[in-house]
Amino acid sequence: MRRDIVGSVVAIVVLTISLGLVYPLVMTGVAQVAFHDQANGSQVERDGKVVGSSLIGQDFRRPVLDANGRPKVDEDGNPVLEADPAWFQSRPSQTDYSANVTFFSNLGPDQKDLADQVKANLDAYLALERPYTPGLTADRVPVDAVTSSASGVDPHISTANARIQANRIAAVRRAPLDRVLALVRQHTDGRGLGVLGEPGVNVLGLNLAVDKEFPLR
Amino acid sequence: MSWQGWLQILIYVAVLTALTPLLGGYMARVYMGRRVALERVLGPVERGFYRAVRTDPAREQDWKRYGRTVLVFSALFWLVLYAILRLQGSLPFNPLRFGGAPWNVTFNTTSSFITNTNWQYYGGETTMSFFSQMAGLAVQNFVSAAVGMAVLAAVIRGFARRETTKLGNFWVDLTRSLLYILLPLSIVGTLLLVSQGVVQTLTGSVSLTTLNGFEQVLALGPVASQIAIKQLGTNGGGFFNVNSAFPFENATTFSNFVEMLFILLIPAAATYQYGRMIGRPRQGWALYIAMLLMLAIGLGNAYHQEARATPALTAAGVHATADGGNLQDKEQRFGVANSALWSTATTAASNGSVNAAQESFSGFGGMTPLVNMMTGEVIFGGVGSGLYGMLLVVLLTVFLAGLMVGRTPEYLGKKLQAREVKLVAIGTLYMPVVVLIAAALAIATPAGKQSIYDAGPQGFSETVYAYTSQTNNNGSAFAGYTGFVQPNAPGNDGATGVPFADLVGGFCMLLGRFIPLLAALAVAGSLAAKRPAPAGPGTFRTDSPIFLMLLVGVVVIVAALSFLPALALGPIVQGLTNQLF
Repeated sequence: MRRDIVGSVVAIVVLTISLGLVYPLVMTGVAQVAFHDQANGSQVERDGKVVGSSLIGQDFRRPVLDANGRPKVDEDGNPVLEADPAWFQSRPSQTDYSANVTFFSNLGPDQKDLADQVKANLDAYLALERPYTPGLTADRVPVDAVTSSASGVDPHISTANARIQANRIAAVRRAPLDRVLALVRQHTDGRGLGVLGEPGVNVLGLNLAVDKEFPLR
Repeated sequence: MSWQGWLQILIYVAVLTALTPLLGGYMARVYMGRRVALERVLGPVERGFYRAVRTDPAREQDWKRYGRTVLVFSALFWLVLYAILRLQGSLPFNPLRFGGAPWNVTFNTTSSFITNTNWQYYGGETTMSFFSQMAGLAVQNFVSAAVGMAVLAAVIRGFARRETTKLGNFWVDLTRSLLYILLPLSIVGTLLLVSQGVVQTLTGSVSLTTLNGFEQVLALGPVASQIAIKQLGTNGGGFFNVNSAFPFENATTFSNFVEMLFILLIPAAATYQYGRMIGRPRQGWALYIAMLLMLAIGLGNAYHQEARATPALTAAGVHATADGGNLQDKEQRFGVANSALWSTATTAASNGSVNAAQESFSGFGGMTPLVNMMTGEVIFGGVGSGLYGMLLVVLLTVFLAGLMVGRTPEYLGKKLQAREVKLVAIGTLYMPVVVLIAAALAIATPAGKQSIYDAGPQGFSETVYAYTSQTNNNGSAFAGYTGFVQPNAPGNDGATGVPFADLVGGFCMLLGRFIPLLAALAVAGSLAAKRPAPAGPGTFRTDSPIFLMLLVGVVVIVAALSFLPALALGPIVQGLTNQLF
């Protein structure tokens, strides 16, 4: 028993230092040298300023203004937001696109709250896109556009979703649709190694490219 | 379902199967004390460690001494981890200035990581300092995994040896697991993950203004080094609250493949290691095939169910197509195929990490993870613990087969007697008993019901899932269960927790870890003492298709007898109706 205790105490100290400090710190050092950008969050800059991470989705909504031109707030005092037509929209987020406080929606497959949320997302999507995509019906709306993602900051939308939104972007930014669709293709991350995962359009990358080529006045 | 989805699943299985004999053969060498290439570099470290812990590597222990060393080592490490987590406010590497969590949450978290469960009642990025993550939790990711692998090595020796009491030296098995298997693979894994964009830095966070003028804070940290071992050691505890759904923890479809492969890599290789160590590779492959078969059934179900709309999506008027499917709480880059595959693998192995929210799976789709755990984590299972759990079920199957034909049951030529069968019964049946008592307490008392988040049968499913997961040392969750007490403001001192859920869950995890561990060691101890008889014409072959079917049948029947009523009240009722709650 005494031998076990003495051995365990020594082992705990040695293992905590070697596996708990030396291993992660050495790996940090190697990662910072070998993969500097990736190790620090794949930050994206514009005009020398960090505007996001290529791996993290962003909020492309805008505040709703009341009759006096002031931002409207809900009963909790939070600003009311709506999709900004000038940008490709990310998937809905249960965390308001927080990249430092994450949680799942935790709504089960048979929860009324979930059905209500998805219904609201669907109505909003149709209201936003129908003027630019005439004849768009609920059964043609891609699922990713109306369901919240797992991380809350899904950087991607489906290609079907992006193609619908492209009609709006082309109209709002007075850009040729062909060119916008070409940018969508350019910013589509294909399946890994050609087979893994699902294709997705990187919304931040796409919006940066669109904004560079077709800036708002 | 799409052919691309099935192709990815096939590739996954092919790669896993190809790596099984390679890594398994290597692991057998490590535990048989053969020289491995890494010893040229790490040999002095290994011998230095033996001197430091004052053990003579040539001196082996019997099952009681081996078990006692495991218990003492685990108990003392429990105390140290508890202290680190409580005192993190005064410890270094705490850029976001987090205080310690309350005693009840810390009891749960400490028990969780010591037992290789990694159930999380805390949100990583909002409660844990980098010191707690690196020097507290990630150390356990290594050590609890290595303890499981060491015990498995000792148990296998009990099956392989004859007329001895010695099963091996715990310190040797622990050290060789860490030095020659877990650490090298973790280093490779870390670099692969960082190259994909999984972060690895000591900077706490970066604040920025987004393209459309919102403030966004990117939470960073030493993530990749922890995620590599979290996947490899069937631990599963995420650096971030949403685990491997978060892009900084699982950045690309390729990192996703690596992380999924790491979930089953060592448990699968252990089947081959077993075959080699007992000198009968066919026996190892037989177990591999039985496990793969059960995995495939669960996977087919999960993929099929998730490719369709849930009642909530249908009610909202969404047309969920085959390539879209139930994307609620799933990531676009992974899609339903990879979410279903991950969910199946992580619950077959006692990993518990997730890349999509289990809670938002459909009723029947959510049954795959739940039933996987209810089999007692023997479909590959945890590193070490999965195979020694499966070996107990093998003995149970042999015993039942013996009863059917009226012969004394024997396995590998060794006769099973009353003592072994009693131990097998304890080692396999404690689990449903603990799960059902805990879940019944939690569903029948106000203190337990306090933790439920979702209405209707989903709330019941949450409860059953929580105690099944913790007792089986899995760690995945229908995360609504107590999820609402998670802090949602940065700088928060930690989840306040629900004492009932924290304590009952904590005890479930401790019982679920150490009862089967000791039962398996005791069985191995008594098998080691036996003299094997040569196989005769009446010997029941344990590497034949008939035995495989019987084995799978026993796993399924034991789980069904124990849990069918509970399943009927939760996921089955949800799968059968379109009713909303």
